Amino acid sequence: MTELPTQTDRKLGLVIDLDTCVGCHACVIACKGWNTENYGAPLADADAYGAQPVGSFLNRVHSYEIQPPDNAPAQLIHFPKSCLHCEDAPCVTVCPTGASYKRVEDGIVLVNESDCIGCGLCAWACPYGAREMDPSEKVMKKCTLCVDRIYNENLPEEDREPACVRTCPAGARHFGDFADPDSNVSTLVAERGGIELMPEQGTKPVNRYLPPRPKDVEIDVLGPLLTPVAQEPRGFLGWLDKALERL
Amino acid sequence: MHPAKSIILFTSLSGLGFGLLAFLCLGVPPVTDWIAFVFFAVAFAAAGGGLIASTFHLGHPERALKAFTQWRTSWLSREGWLAVATLAVTGLYAALVIFTGTRIFILGALGSLLCVATTFATSMIYAQLKTVPRWNHWTTSVLFVGLSLAGGALLSGSVRAAILLLLTCGVLQFYAWKTGDSRLAESGSNMASATGLGDIGTVTAFEPPHTGGNYLTDEMVFVVARKHALKLRSIALVLTFLAPALLLLLPFTHLFAAIAVASHVLGLFTLRWLFFAEAEHVVGLYYGRR
Repeated sequence: MTELPTQTDRKLGLVIDLDTCVGCHACVIACKGWNTENYGAPLADADAYGAQPVGSFLNRVHSYEIQPPDNAPAQLIHFPKSCLHCEDAPCVTVCPTGASYKRVEDGIVLVNESDCIGCGLCAWACPYGAREMDPSEKVMKKCTLCVDRIYNENLPEEDREPACVRTCPAGARHFGDFADPDSNVSTLVAERGGIELMPEQGTKPVNRYLPPRPKDVEIDVLGPLLTPVAQEPRGFLGWLDKALERL
Repeated sequence: MHPAKSIILFTSLSGLGFGLLAFLCLGVPPVTDWIAFVFFAVAFAAAGGGLIASTFHLGHPERALKAFTQWRTSWLSREGWLAVATLAVTGLYAALVIFTGTRIFILGALGSLLCVATTFATSMIYAQLKTVPRWNHWTTSVLFVGLSLAGGALLSGSVRAAILLLLTCGVLQFYAWKTGDSRLAESGSNMASATGLGDIGTVTAFEPPHTGGNYLTDEMVFVVARKHALKLRSIALVLTFLAPALLLLLPFTHLFAAIAVASHVLGLFTLRWLFFAEAEHVVGLYYGRR
């Protein structure tokens, strides 16, 4: 049913720490691996060894350069992006077949692939580019929050979290329930000022991003006590400089 | 947005077909017998052909019937229902006119209304998308319905209505382009809001996730040939609106009328190509493109 639930019992989602993400793309590969071998149609690659390889991914890592004002050093931010499991998910309501739905029990947005006609309208409705049409199966693929891992009692308990979170070597990804104010993710968001992406789109995304911690703020505390570095050349170089000036 | 042939054909042809049906169902022109048959056949061929073309866009057209289930929230589903209802009501009206010579005014009026409603629903598939600020505006719906009726007036030979509608739509189209050009900038979505990192400084895309393209960049970050947009806009304005209106102002001949229709249809295809090709999806911001 494409009518969105007014409220979900839990709000499962991810917190992504942009301060710790090193941009290794391990989450991309873990996601592609798990979701190719398990629930739903495999994530295909077309022309994989050809001139123009193209494939479906549920998670992609962008990299951005941020230039602070007053010419401070630029920062490079690696930015993993997957479905944000929005509370007001526009991708769900536009679906003509009911293939897209948001679960009442945990808020996960899923696609029932056998009902998907591959019209692509949900991908158009998503501002984040979270949905991709599979090049082989021609059905819409999206992050399932590894719904086949998190409740899977055949897996050891430490593996019952999304593949991207489990694999992240930097600990930059966190999985939890945003409806619980005391959960790990809620605490992180409160402490670090978690960001909502494109709030002006009115989608109320569940996933949050932790902004990079301020850099180079305390480095100048001892600065004034340091001996100034010579600005003017002295000795032989100073003589050479002056001599060349006079020429 | 990627200007797919199937969707350009769908929106253009079904718009024209439903526009013509809207006039025919009001008894304009008051045709009967085999002439009525030809008029209705053209209208149904265009409307139906457009609808069939739309299914070529689907990854799984064999499941298309499932699209009738979610009319409560989905404009695409509503469009499907309205199209079927319109074809049924106007089909019944057409059959009665052609084979029995009777005109049931109420049935015709209902058919005409449904034609307008269907085109409106088609327009809402695009106009509802907040992610494409250029489309997310009342001009999208007014132009879809207006162009449908203008085409219908032209095809049904309602000269005065056609001239009026063509020129009004031409002005509206110009207004839609003029205001649409800045709507992405005004939408509040930019690289700062997309990444949430604007507080630190100016955000620029350093590296895309993969060196190649992907479904998102192919489908929603279509920037090819936008450099010709201004020329194409001028061509579309002349072909769709000005040339047909001028030809209709001249003394009526069938040759002029045929040229007017051909020019309008060609112009309409150009307009729809531009409608998609020029539309910027906010996901392009994540790729530092628009």
